[in-house]
Amino acid sequence: MKTKKKLKLAIGLGSTCSGCDIAILDLGEKLLELIDIADIVFWPTAFDFKYSDLEKLKDKEIDITLYHGTIRTTEHEEIAHFFREKSKILIAFGSCSCFGGIPGLCNLTDKKKIFDAVYSKNLSTVNKKGIFPEEKMLIDKNKSITLPHLYNTGRSLKDLVEVDYFIPGCPPPMQLIEGLIPLMKDVLEDAQLPVRKTVFGSTKTLCDECPLKKENKMISKIVSLAFTAIDPDKCLLEQGILCMGPVTRGGCEARCINVLMPCRGCMGPVLEIEDQGVAMISAIASILGVKDEENLTDHQIEDLLSGIKDIIGTFYRFTLPDALLNKKIEERR
Amino acid sequence: MFEPNIIGFCCNWCAYAGADLAGINRNQYPPNIRMIRVMCSGTIDPLYVVKAFKEGADGVFIGGCHPGDCHYQSGNYKAQRRVILLKRAISELGLDPRRIRLEWVSAAEGQRFAKVITEFTEEIKKLGPNPLKLNGVKNED
Repeated sequence: MKTKKKLKLAIGLGSTCSGCDIAILDLGEKLLELIDIADIVFWPTAFDFKYSDLEKLKDKEIDITLYHGTIRTTEHEEIAHFFREKSKILIAFGSCSCFGGIPGLCNLTDKKKIFDAVYSKNLSTVNKKGIFPEEKMLIDKNKSITLPHLYNTGRSLKDLVEVDYFIPGCPPPMQLIEGLIPLMKDVLEDAQLPVRKTVFGSTKTLCDECPLKKENKMISKIVSLAFTAIDPDKCLLEQGILCMGPVTRGGCEARCINVLMPCRGCMGPVLEIEDQGVAMISAIASILGVKDEENLTDHQIEDLLSGIKDIIGTFYRFTLPDALLNKKIEERR
Repeated sequence: MFEPNIIGFCCNWCAYAGADLAGINRNQYPPNIRMIRVMCSGTIDPLYVVKAFKEGADGVFIGGCHPGDCHYQSGNYKAQRRVILLKRAISELGLDPRRIRLEWVSAAEGQRFAKVITEFTEEIKKLGPNPLKLNGVKNED
């Protein structure tokens, strides 16, 4: 009996919470369909494969690699280059590898400050000797063990290597992951593939598919989600709740909005938007405080905007490493 | 002596006309500003400002109509709110918010325009060059 030709699928990871792995497992019965067309050759979270197994493979022998997680250490960098070499199609899977994601918020601080916070200045930590993790440690006279070097900043995958497709989302929505199966079948049959650099998901913003009623997007103040009674039929932004919908790619079928949580922007910006955060600054400024604005003093306008706490953390929650200003700048004051 | 590069976005109806008047009146102001005429201060996307900094501008000046005078009713209010948010955003990223300046200059205020630009140029000279120009937004180490 002739064995069926199967794809080789690898799942590599960087700095990740492994939520993307769980999202793949969430395929449920479809997982059987996936395994039917693809052999998983590498998936550290689920199987016990070693990198040495992969090193035997020739260049471009893996058909599809899903890479999830931010590039944070030399190890992640190495893995990313390794999979680029070994695979025909490299897919950035999840917001972290697409635009930097939550771990990318590390760009607001640096390695030294993080180490200080974690290993000494933390209230519940006593570190009198000032012991910090070392990259290299001698265990014998000529034997040493090493740890990967931690970078000051986080990076997205496309900063480092060519990426063929992007599947955004934190984690990617189920319907996009299911879309992998037809893609794999196409690869298997040598059919026409989507244009390279395609971002899976809608080409329109989330507002386009949001089920809530939008009437007149004009608000007089920003309110906190925790202390507001939400009208379940009305647009959240119109109720004064910060929702990233206007600047975020659709394709998740408004999974957060459906349970009345505002969009946090995990699908990243649509193609027309270069920088998600400044686009949101622009959008929120346009709709805020539009009632008798000529009588507002400067102070009152500042007050209007004081409802927005932590601008970078809110507007760049998933995209800081891909932003135009993507890193803390040290300016002498 | 450090000569800053300042990008100025001026609205067609007030600030740019004010700059014109400054020229006609021969009011002197430093030549550090490179002016870009836009139809309204409300059209200035914060992206323009951020991009100017990224490309190495030392300061960004935004000129619009006085409150109540906007040719398009409310463009200048939008500009004001954007600038407030943008100043907060760039200061969270470590850039000095004084590098952005929003001023209302009417078409009749040529002298004031010259004064504002002189002041702003002096302020940027004191702040020094844009740190992004010196180091770039480096991602390594």
